[in-house]
Amino acid sequence: MEMNQYLDMFIEESREHLQAINDNLLLLENDTENVDIVNDVFRSAHTLKGMSATMGFEDMSSLTHQMENVLDLVRNHQLKLNSEIMDVIFQCVDVLESMVEDIVEGGDGKADVSELVKKLQAILAGDFDGTKGSSATDGPVEQKNESSSESAANNVSATGSYLSLDEFAITVIKQSLDSGHRVYYIKTVVEEECLLKSARAYMVFNNLEQIGEIIKSEPSVQELEDENFEQEFEVIFITDKNKEEVEKSVMSVSEIESVQIEEMDHDAVLAGQKEAAAASAQSVAETSQKQDSNDRVDTRKEQDKKAVAAKKVVTGKTIRVGIERLDVLMNLFSELVIDRGRLESIARRSGNHDLMDTVEHMSRISGDLQNIILNMRMVPIEQVFNRFPRMIRDLAKELNKKVDLQISGADTELDRTVIDEIGDPLVHLLRNAIDHGLESTEERIKAGKSEEGVVELKAYHSGNHVFIEITDDGKGIDRDKILNKAIEKGVVKTEEASGLSDKQVYDLLFASGFSTAEKVSDISGRGVGLDVVKTKIESLGGVVSVDSTAGQGTIFQIQLPLTLSIISAMLVTVEDETYAVPLSSIIETAVYKKDEIMHAHHQEVIDFRGKVVPLLSLKNIFEVPDSAVKQEKDEISAVIVRKGDKMAALVVDSFIGQQEIVLKSLGKYLVNVFAISGATILGDGQVALIIDCNALIK
Amino acid sequence: MMENEAVVDVMKAIVFRLKNEEYGVEIEQVKSIERLENITRVPKTPPFVKGVINLRGVVTPIIDLSTRFNLPETEYTDETRVIIVNVGEIEVGLIVDAANDVIDIPMNNIEPPPEVVGGVKAEYLRGVAKIDKRLLILLNLNKVLSIEELHQLEQIEG
Repeated sequence: MEMNQYLDMFIEESREHLQAINDNLLLLENDTENVDIVNDVFRSAHTLKGMSATMGFEDMSSLTHQMENVLDLVRNHQLKLNSEIMDVIFQCVDVLESMVEDIVEGGDGKADVSELVKKLQAILAGDFDGTKGSSATDGPVEQKNESSSESAANNVSATGSYLSLDEFAITVIKQSLDSGHRVYYIKTVVEEECLLKSARAYMVFNNLEQIGEIIKSEPSVQELEDENFEQEFEVIFITDKNKEEVEKSVMSVSEIESVQIEEMDHDAVLAGQKEAAAASAQSVAETSQKQDSNDRVDTRKEQDKKAVAAKKVVTGKTIRVGIERLDVLMNLFSELVIDRGRLESIARRSGNHDLMDTVEHMSRISGDLQNIILNMRMVPIEQVFNRFPRMIRDLAKELNKKVDLQISGADTELDRTVIDEIGDPLVHLLRNAIDHGLESTEERIKAGKSEEGVVELKAYHSGNHVFIEITDDGKGIDRDKILNKAIEKGVVKTEEASGLSDKQVYDLLFASGFSTAEKVSDISGRGVGLDVVKTKIESLGGVVSVDSTAGQGTIFQIQLPLTLSIISAMLVTVEDETYAVPLSSIIETAVYKKDEIMHAHHQEVIDFRGKVVPLLSLKNIFEVPDSAVKQEKDEISAVIVRKGDKMAALVVDSFIGQQEIVLKSLGKYLVNVFAISGATILGDGQVALIIDCNALIK
Repeated sequence: MMENEAVVDVMKAIVFRLKNEEYGVEIEQVKSIERLENITRVPKTPPFVKGVINLRGVVTPIIDLSTRFNLPETEYTDETRVIIVNVGEIEVGLIVDAANDVIDIPMNNIEPPPEVVGGVKAEYLRGVAKIDKRLLILLNLNKVLSIEELHQLEQIEG
């Protein structure tokens, strides 16, 4: 069976369903009586079961099967939800998620589910005695059978009119019946919101063809292929399997709302036969046999065509492109940017106006191209935010706090590389907000606040940056507590402490080796503090800051660049070496006379707009060898850079100019090189190192 | 006829020269051999890390093997080559005095390394192969390029 082409679809849909289950379970937790939500969860679990069974992931389907049984009892009011049951179901979802991820990684999606299955069975058995429990297990299937046979009974007389059988079909049916096969009329209804109806139909056909023969379908195969049908399609099916097996085979395809199966006997066929022209039974039989074999060939061809059609539907609206391909495109484009730089300098030097015009035009176009490529790499932050409601729920439970997580701006887009990296810092900050930020329920009531703490997670665009804010309405940051702690840990000196502004005190939270939690809990304060968050965000070229109002809450703000691949930088030289300084950390460039340099604590400093800024010699820091040509100057060139509120003046020999550069890593061998965040390739093919200003400013 | 030859397992190796000794690395680990040009120095790295080069758009670190093995430094000449090797996820260029040959080494000609060969410690070696009258020192690149080693050396330097 060609299932690989559906694997992507399976993974995507499984994720969607699991996310839906997660979301609904969270709703359900606050509203345990709501049968509608249970129904939604049940449907998702049911679909997952069907999909995983079709794809051959047995552990997944057996787990979802048990989940479904429990949910079925709930929705039939035979079982009342309590938090233990909810927890078990949540655990199931976790396991299912890890199975799906395993499949994504190329695994077989196997996991030991026996423990959970036992728990679920215990739930089933717990409120019922053994016999009832087992009958409840079979409940859903039985019910389905009843309902389908009921409706089938209603439809018996209608069959003839639904499907007009030609004489060939009738003869084939008759012969099959005579030779002891069973003939079924099957009416399949696809879910209303199903997106790939023809693919579903194909999967149903595929499943059926494995256990028998489809001799007639309405609408025709061609129409099904073109998605030229509403929600249902009917087939006449010959097999030697029983009705249950046939139903199982159809229902194992996901997004099938219902299936009606009705066994046809000679009488049922007779109704159709009347319409058929009277012909010699013998000749009909011969032709029909031929027809039959032709049909088989056709169906196979049509299956292939259908597979193509299914793909066509996907490509109609969007194209799925592998991330690696986008990376390759990005890399190729970076090459182009380098050549563009080279061409620009050649054109300038040559002074040829035609060349300059052409190059300028090319630069403009490549600028547009750059925007488009960068945009393609943008993904909504939703996929990071999605997992938080669930996490917060578990956390709140663990800490015995009531938390309302409000998410906004989940559609804000960020570069994929940033998305991949931003998850952990956000988890840390959210945990922090709930563990340290929000008071315990009793404290909140005492303070006259609502029992439920509000944590807001907000993302939005502004200029060339994306901001993510995490706000809580807790007790706020205790200035004195932090100062005491900081003094105790030796982060600040006692005499300095009183002179610090609130903001400066809050920033101490990010100092390394600082953790304010008085008791080390499982949630945060496990030895790593906010300094890890800060380091991570800075490595993404971002900034994190914190502000707080006593008694009213705390806000953490993260500022991230839109993209990481191409940045603007100032190229500078030190002796014979060229370095790039990211524009995002530069305040300005300046030239100072030698006699403007002052000394403080054995440190050369300059006065920059009334502030004392230390002078850092890149030549000394990077141990740059002397250039062959030595020149004495009575002026120094400096790049004033900042890190938060702090500044430094980097002494260089000369400024080359501002340029768009392509960020490249130094490779896996050279990691954590001091004060170097990466490299770029210049117009002349040389490599220039990019200076990490954050490492230079202490 | 071919079958008879295939009975003896052979290892294809790139042969290069450091000082007066001949060394070999498995051809599977070698990506290309380049001429030495335009190295950008990377500050605050061990002395054997000569810097990085632009290898067709990829920034690639370059290591001087002589310095790595604490052998006396040699002048770079027209013969000096950079062997680009892949070990796991690491891609690095090795500066060698010359790279001039590819040979088949029958596996049964490879012997375990003695303590020190040509000034290189045994732990960096895979073995020694004798072919006709040539003695070939086979490098264990996993060890030579281990990141842990790099960090240890950095700390010693620091």
